[in-house]
Amino acid sequence: MTAPHIQVETDAVELAERPPWTVVIFGLIRRYPLGAAGALVVIVMIAMALFADVIAPYDPEANAFEHMFTPPGLQFLLGTDDFGRDILSRIIYGARTALFVGFVAAFVGATAGLVLGVASAYFGGWFDLLLQRVMDVFMAFPLIIMALAVVAVLGPGIDKVIIAITIPFIPQCARVVRSSALAIREIPYVDAARALGFGHARIILRHMVPNVMAPYLILLTAFVGQAILLEAVLAFLGLGVQEPTAAWGLMLKSGAEEYAESAPWIAIFPGVAISLAVFGFNLFGDGLRDALDPKLRMQ
Amino acid sequence: MYQYIIKRLLLMIPTLFGAMVLVFILMRLIPGDVCEVRMAGFGVYADQEAIDICRENLGLNDPVYVQFFQVIKGYFTLDLGESMWTGRPITHEIGLRFQLSLQIAVMATVVAILIAIPLGTISAVKQDTWIDYCVRAFSIAGIAMPSFWLGIMIILGLLITTQAWFGTPWMPPIVYVSPFEDLAGNLTQLIWPAVATGYRYSAVATRMTRSALLEVLREDYVRTARAKGLLEKVIINRHALKNAMLPVVTIIGIEFAFLIGGLVVTEQVFNLNGLGKLFVESVLNLDFTLTQQLVMLVVVIFVMTNLVIDIFYAWLDPRIRYA
Repeated sequence: MTAPHIQVETDAVELAERPPWTVVIFGLIRRYPLGAAGALVVIVMIAMALFADVIAPYDPEANAFEHMFTPPGLQFLLGTDDFGRDILSRIIYGARTALFVGFVAAFVGATAGLVLGVASAYFGGWFDLLLQRVMDVFMAFPLIIMALAVVAVLGPGIDKVIIAITIPFIPQCARVVRSSALAIREIPYVDAARALGFGHARIILRHMVPNVMAPYLILLTAFVGQAILLEAVLAFLGLGVQEPTAAWGLMLKSGAEEYAESAPWIAIFPGVAISLAVFGFNLFGDGLRDALDPKLRMQ
Repeated sequence: MYQYIIKRLLLMIPTLFGAMVLVFILMRLIPGDVCEVRMAGFGVYADQEAIDICRENLGLNDPVYVQFFQVIKGYFTLDLGESMWTGRPITHEIGLRFQLSLQIAVMATVVAILIAIPLGTISAVKQDTWIDYCVRAFSIAGIAMPSFWLGIMIILGLLITTQAWFGTPWMPPIVYVSPFEDLAGNLTQLIWPAVATGYRYSAVATRMTRSALLEVLREDYVRTARAKGLLEKVIINRHALKNAMLPVVTIIGIEFAFLIGGLVVTEQVFNLNGLGKLFVESVLNLDFTLTQQLVMLVVVIFVMTNLVIDIFYAWLDPRIRYA
């Protein structure tokens, strides 16, 4: 029962006085430099979305035809687009759209997948088999066609975009969670809970779900990045949010290609914003994975 | 092994059937049909009689269950039917564009492998150094960049550099040339979409190469090889990399299955007339029959690739046995 002498000593020191939070954060940055960089991007993005009204120098939706195609300069830091709208302001407001779609789609998709995955592993048998086949169909089904159909049926709009993006996340999460949950079902405490007469819902929600939190959280952060990217792709294909809303993918759709040569800033900056945001969420997710679950490192 | 393959093939049937039903229902949930889209395209007031005749000819007036059995009958008689939009056989429409999309897919895979394996290896060997961090950042950037934006940036970069070096801006040609007629012309056209797609594709494979190699480098036989005094180069190339390739092959295969769907956006940016573009057009035209078969094509490619990977896996690693 006794741990090696040296370890006991260091543990005791650490327990005696808790290091101040600055030291903790500095330690995390040193251990996970990439993850910390990702966290920084995420924080900046959230701040941009929250304080868009204060930070943005201009109205993102107001046309100003006297300023059309102004190159980046002192007055308009990132230039203006084909309607004379300030690109910097549109990028700042676009963070709202991106984060809203990203968080809602990722949360709903991952959570539905979590419940379905755990239930599938817990009940097993024909329920598991049937559910897995349904998941197979959705995994194999091309995302673009799903999105096209959802938007065509329900009409365009940010909520429909979220539905279209959420659907493919569910089977992805369910599959990963199911494999973790299968291992947990074999642990005796689940049997014990059943022997005590607990209901299925209680066993699934209180006993199994908390134990698959690590893969769930990791997938959740990965999904935020993916959702931002998908939202941009859908908007670029004309299936996402509609003008004049400030959204990054939409900024690339409306004329970015046509004016790529004469006004390249219209095409460059929104793409940089998308890339940076997704990059940040991915780095953050990777760091989270390393910190939470070393076993999942190989994915 | 044969039993396993047969079991897997049987398990495909419900998946394929589910996908078939799903696309059938989804398409019919969309308001309107191909006749209305076509009449609207003429720009005149849509003549109700003309729409009715069009519907009658295409069998759209039949009850839904009749239409559904028509689709199923097509699979048993190996007749995929005609496109509702062009009236030409669907096999002809797909055949025209299949070569182009397949070529981009294969080229993107080659680009991805050429990026992923060297970078992933360096990253694993130099774990936790700045080289490793740079490679990881580079590969995550590949996932983060939207491939349509990367496409636009590549075109823009080409325009600017050719302008600066040769004085005249140059863009890849838009009209497709077959590689059997003019290989150089074909490659100068298709290398750019292949790079735009392949870079993104490489990101996942790079990360997989790195982590698989890290795992293998901790194995006993690698330590034995080191103890024997083998050169580090030989250890990596002959002992470690070969064993680390298994999960990498899997991930490359899985990504390949997704590629056809992913080409939709790239083909749009580079204005190539491939399957991805046909896909978007057929949905927008509400061309039920063509969309149905295109979705089934993507789904079949997806499930077949998955099966081939699993079999390939067992072949690469004799320790894996399917029963």
